[in-house]
Amino acid sequence: MFDALSGVTVLEYAGFVSGPYCGKLLAEMGATVWKLEEPVRGDPARGYGPFPSNIPHREKSGLFLLLNTNKHSITLDPFSPTGHDLFLRLAAKADLLIEDRRPGEMAEMGLDHQKLKESNPGLVQVSITPYGQDGPKASWKASHVNSFHASGEGYTLPGGMTHALFPDRAPVAGGVHLGEYDAGLMAASAAVAALLAKETWGIGQLVDISKQEAIMGLSRLGMAQAMGQDIIYDRSRSYEYGGIFGCQDGYVILYPREDSQWKALVEIMGQPELAQDPRFQTRPARIQNGEEVNAVLSQWAAGLGKEGIYYLVAPSGCPTAFFSTPGDAHRSPQFEARDFFEDVTHPVAGTIRQPGRPYRFGSGALAGTKPAPTLGQHTRDILCGELGLEPEELSRLGRGGVI
Amino acid sequence: MAAGDETPKVALAGVRVLDFTNLLAGPFPSLLLGFLGAEVIKVESNTRLDAARRPPYSFQTAGGGDADRSPVFNSVNLNKLSVQLNLKEPQAITLAHRLATISDVVVENMRPGVMDRLGLGYSQLRQDNPTIIMASISGAGSTGPESSYPGYAPAFSALGGLGHLTGYGDGPPAEMHDSIDSRIGATALFALLTALFRRQRTGQGEFIDLSSREAITMFSGEALMDFAMNGAVQERRGNREPGQSPHGCYQCLGDDRWITIAVGNQEEWIALCQITGNPQWADDPRFADALKRWDNQEALDQLIQNWTSTKYARETAEILQNAGIAAEVSIDGKELAGDAHLHARKAWDFVDHPILGRTQVPSPPWRFSETPATIRAPGPLLGQHNWYVLLDLLGTTEYEVAGWVKSGVID
Repeated sequence: MFDALSGVTVLEYAGFVSGPYCGKLLAEMGATVWKLEEPVRGDPARGYGPFPSNIPHREKSGLFLLLNTNKHSITLDPFSPTGHDLFLRLAAKADLLIEDRRPGEMAEMGLDHQKLKESNPGLVQVSITPYGQDGPKASWKASHVNSFHASGEGYTLPGGMTHALFPDRAPVAGGVHLGEYDAGLMAASAAVAALLAKETWGIGQLVDISKQEAIMGLSRLGMAQAMGQDIIYDRSRSYEYGGIFGCQDGYVILYPREDSQWKALVEIMGQPELAQDPRFQTRPARIQNGEEVNAVLSQWAAGLGKEGIYYLVAPSGCPTAFFSTPGDAHRSPQFEARDFFEDVTHPVAGTIRQPGRPYRFGSGALAGTKPAPTLGQHTRDILCGELGLEPEELSRLGRGGVI
Repeated sequence: MAAGDETPKVALAGVRVLDFTNLLAGPFPSLLLGFLGAEVIKVESNTRLDAARRPPYSFQTAGGGDADRSPVFNSVNLNKLSVQLNLKEPQAITLAHRLATISDVVVENMRPGVMDRLGLGYSQLRQDNPTIIMASISGAGSTGPESSYPGYAPAFSALGGLGHLTGYGDGPPAEMHDSIDSRIGATALFALLTALFRRQRTGQGEFIDLSSREAITMFSGEALMDFAMNGAVQERRGNREPGQSPHGCYQCLGDDRWITIAVGNQEEWIALCQITGNPQWADDPRFADALKRWDNQEALDQLIQNWTSTKYARETAEILQNAGIAAEVSIDGKELAGDAHLHARKAWDFVDHPILGRTQVPSPPWRFSETPATIRAPGPLLGQHNWYVLLDLLGTTEYEVAGWVKSGVID
């Protein structure tokens, strides 16, 4: 079994996507994650959906159920004096704290890193904010759309085919909450790196994650071209030839870059004579006659289904892809063969086929996925079991709205 | 650092990475391991030249591309050492094995099976070094019916579902390019670090089989949940967010200038009405609450667009932020390079490359208070560290190295 992070305790004081995704990644590697949630409302992702039959229910939000697998939920209001004290006691038992409050807010609450270190000098704290802890924009607010466009990548999307059709329209952010996942993933790596440093040096530390920088760092190839070669990419960027083509039930990519790939493709298309056609024979010729290349490919693709094209062309080595929808992913034979999806049974939401993990470990599988917790499911276990609170005390805190 | 101070601590002290990667998806995680303090040795050769060392990434010269004049290679291979080993030569394979013996991590992104055929697969390297951690990054993973299919970044954005979900609702899907490779690499980095952590505690090595398509699919998990629960196929939604309005990217004064605005609650909505000089919007029954604004978002977006079209993007973002509203320019690459906030945070770094000169590159994507992630050197020239690696690390002789140069082992 690959339970790399077993024995590591994580306190997660974060909501929606980035912080919880970071916590999820650590939890599925074996860490024990205590997720602090606001009493009554809980993580905002509980209110987000998607919900079965679109009926809102705080235990049935798809976003929450996805991002909080393998975690424990404690309801706690750290703004109340008792909640504040319990937060400190939980943090004293944790190896790592993930938090996503605006810069300065933890200090206002009396829960800044210096304070937490008093009772836990080895604590690693990962702070995730839109623009980082300092700098002129530190206090700026950002939703995903703002963060993604702040990273430089938004300006380059959706790309040439769309831009040719709608030249007056705005650039777009990455789909769903792409940039929030980017930040969560980068934060998870930073968390493990800091835990390694703790193993080696015996020290805790503060790790400052800026969503803007986490997303921006992914575009370093394009940025190097922009700064080093004066190539500025915007949303008109398109393939020299080939690219996206519409077909019967969606879209495919066909990009016969090399001569051998062009030859293989036209043979599959049943038009082998095109391999010898001087207009298309070499890459420079295909670039020069790009419109004609595209007319030929477009006509062929239009008569076929996207997966049909993909399975015909991909084995030949010619770069191709089909635009997979969520339904296609659920039906993919490749994903099926690798058990990418996993049935997870939640006590309220029922059994849901969830995406699993993108890696396989030679030493064995990761532990089976435990469902996301119900709100406050583990409050009693952890506060009584770990902190030694008496059950009567717990009832009193419940009445006071602390937990 | 003042004299007498100890050397700065790094997260990956004493970790050595052997890098058999190409272009971006593989070089990206080893770049990040290098930022964290690992010593990364890139194994390359003229015979198998990294694509980032070739045109269009390298500058064209009369004789073709110049392998050492590539801003992209530099930015993606900072801190790394370069040793030339032509893996077509048996002696080079022997040397690679010797390097594996003194390394902790191996990263590769060749097609499944290639490393095995070279004699450098996990089962083979494990015999040199039982605690080696190896990550193999491939298109679809090393198993399954599509494992042998070729792959490249735009294909994974399509096959991994992000393309379908990015773009305008009434237009075709988006074309996403190199950042997709970085996302695959970032996923590999996380798996590698957890394996390093486990090794530190248990002494065990590990093989990581990473599927690029699965890695990219993880970024749209919430849409997969919708399908699982409701059979619903989510579509592209431009810059919109369900239930929130106004929420979009609006045109401003100037050449292709845009601002994103996201109103998250009623308080922000009232503030927006005030700051735009349109207090009457707050009384308009079409916009009374979030639900009504969502239902009437076309009309509302038009009003916002009319307002932004007479404003400059950057100053408007500042004005809106001062009023408590999330707003930001859709920043292009050039503007990003000069961004005051990023420079104040040292999110850009400057590194002197012996041929390219002073280059500006993104800093490591995290700020550690005690074990800083750092850029210590530019991307290496091809074979720049042959002597260090072969003589100092492996203890071979100058005489042997000279012979290998002659016989093409070092190429």
